[in-house]
Amino acid sequence: MKSKTLFDKIWDSHVVRSIENGPDVLYIDRHYIHEVTSPQAFNGLKERGIPVFRPGKTLATADHNIPTKNQHLPIHDQLSRNQVERLTENCQKYGIELFGLNDPKNGIVHVIGPELGYTLPGMTIVCGDSHTSTHGAFGTIAFGIGTSEVEMVLATQCILQPKPKKMRITLDGELHKGVTSKDIIMHIISEISASGATGYFIEYCGSAIRKLSMEARMTICNMSIEMGARGGLIAPDETTFEYLKKLSSIPGIKDINSSVNEWKKLQSDFDALFDRDLKFDAGLIKPMITYGTNPGMGMAIDDSIPMSDAIGNQASSSFIKSLDYMGFKPGMKLLGLSVDYVFIGSCTNGRIEDFRAFAQIIRGRKKAGNITALIVPGSKKVEDQMVAEGLIELYKNAGFEVRQPGCSSCLAMNEDKIPQGKYAVSTSNRNFEGRQGPGSRTLLASPLTAAAAAITGRITDPREFITEEKKVKK
Amino acid sequence: MPKVKFDILESTCVPLPFENIDTDQIIPARFLSATSRQGFGDNLFRDWRYKKNGEKNNEFVLNNPKFNGKVLVAGKNFGSGSSREHAVWAIFDYGFRAVVSSFFADIFMNNALNNGLLPIVISDDLLKKLHGMIQIDPGTKVKIDLEKQTFTILSAGDSVKFAINPYKKECLLKGLDDIDFLLSMKSQITSYENNKSLVK
Repeated sequence: MKSKTLFDKIWDSHVVRSIENGPDVLYIDRHYIHEVTSPQAFNGLKERGIPVFRPGKTLATADHNIPTKNQHLPIHDQLSRNQVERLTENCQKYGIELFGLNDPKNGIVHVIGPELGYTLPGMTIVCGDSHTSTHGAFGTIAFGIGTSEVEMVLATQCILQPKPKKMRITLDGELHKGVTSKDIIMHIISEISASGATGYFIEYCGSAIRKLSMEARMTICNMSIEMGARGGLIAPDETTFEYLKKLSSIPGIKDINSSVNEWKKLQSDFDALFDRDLKFDAGLIKPMITYGTNPGMGMAIDDSIPMSDAIGNQASSSFIKSLDYMGFKPGMKLLGLSVDYVFIGSCTNGRIEDFRAFAQIIRGRKKAGNITALIVPGSKKVEDQMVAEGLIELYKNAGFEVRQPGCSSCLAMNEDKIPQGKYAVSTSNRNFEGRQGPGSRTLLASPLTAAAAAITGRITDPREFITEEKKVKK
Repeated sequence: MPKVKFDILESTCVPLPFENIDTDQIIPARFLSATSRQGFGDNLFRDWRYKKNGEKNNEFVLNNPKFNGKVLVAGKNFGSGSSREHAVWAIFDYGFRAVVSSFFADIFMNNALNNGLLPIVISDDLLKKLHGMIQIDPGTKVKIDLEKQTFTILSAGDSVKFAINPYKKECLLKGLDDIDFLLSMKSQITSYENNKSLVK
């Protein structure tokens, strides 16, 4: 039999029908929905007068536009409130399980899916959100879709999808202290650009990937979309199985050991061919930071902004426009630059390990006076865990207030906006113009780098705060 | 949902010669709170179209009366970032029927095709030439023929073939709907569910 990649194996086993010269009809095992990209899809069902085909395979949460303070009160913003109410109504009407606001299982869709055991190896997973790629960390084909496709899944549990090409990214070598999985993915994106993986689905391999925790793997898969890839996956291994075994329950699975035996088969054949093969050395990666307005515009924190854009062209008008927006010049260093905001949270870095990493640096120190901090857990469960580990108290003692869960300042649909012209060191995923509020200037970085900035008030190399002994696992 | 047909379009162009225009620029997140598909055109490129004080930014191309038409000519890597279909709804609602670039982000491309907005990929060189021509003569017209898959700059006579998935082409030419097609396959989908295994 022909050798196959893991991606091929999962994809091919989900094809209900191949249309000649057309897309595949792909069966979807798990569909996540949220308040922002689903209402128009439900309207479509209503207009057609059809039900949700498999309501048990769709799960809903309210996360994108919700406030991160006083969640027990009605949502102040009328449009946001209306959107959340519509989600609740639609879920009730069509029989879809909803982890809404104030539900103990509420949180960001890509944080709760895995922690509640709904994301499992070998699945096809979609959601009307580009960071659905996060779930690839469990060895799934997971990708973001538009609202028309959300409607397709609700109506038929299938979507029409052309099969992407395959890319393998291998990361070997040892990570240095103070370097996290966020730095790994930001390094890769800065090397291949914000569009370098468009048209591809990635498999991440190599010894340095194998050593990462599930949380760290999710951060990497999450940002696959930031280089244009539809998604990225990591073959499941003992780390994956241990994570799943520790969950209090996995819906639909009674005997996890027999499932693990099945999941162990989820590997690329050793001689499987990829359309593109890239290799990176973990030992060469430093803490990263972005300086521009797309995630490809990143560099090592102690570097200078390049004189020309990522692909080595003469400084193009787009490159200059981007630096102008940020208030930067080619050749400038960012270390020492005074910043105004620090945001830790989002589907990229809103998990318990991220808050532990942040705590590692702020422990026993105080927040800098010039910093406004937005500390937003990715889910209620993450928040509960922070309480259990004493992190909320630790944060408080260092001068940080912890908010309630949600997407928050990552896309600033709620009140958590970075003001015009202000600099924010953010652990989120996008530094687009105005992403965190009109005129906001985002510098993407790891939780460690965000913590270092929160303490000093300036862009600071987190390695200054970390000794070899305290080496972070991530 | 959309049963929009597309066959031949002849129009002047609106140039937006920047690379990496992401969907947050096309429609900022704070305008995503609506629950219908209509009305997003008012906020298309909102933060480029209007100044901080809410006044029109006359330097932005959509506010320049010299440029108009149903074809948006963008820079490389158009539509990256968020999967929000609202970006496509906004472009369509504003009145565009095709977007031309040398490279589109995947999700944007699917969303556009699902809403009858035709994404047309041309070479970097031709895109650069087209931008140059539009700047010199805003009356520069292009002709898009979906059946023949040709993109023609009328005054220059440059005509190139563009690629489109044959299934999607058929849908757009005939105004066919994906969901009707999928619904017609229900028994096949059910039989797939009954025989599903983890991997093949």
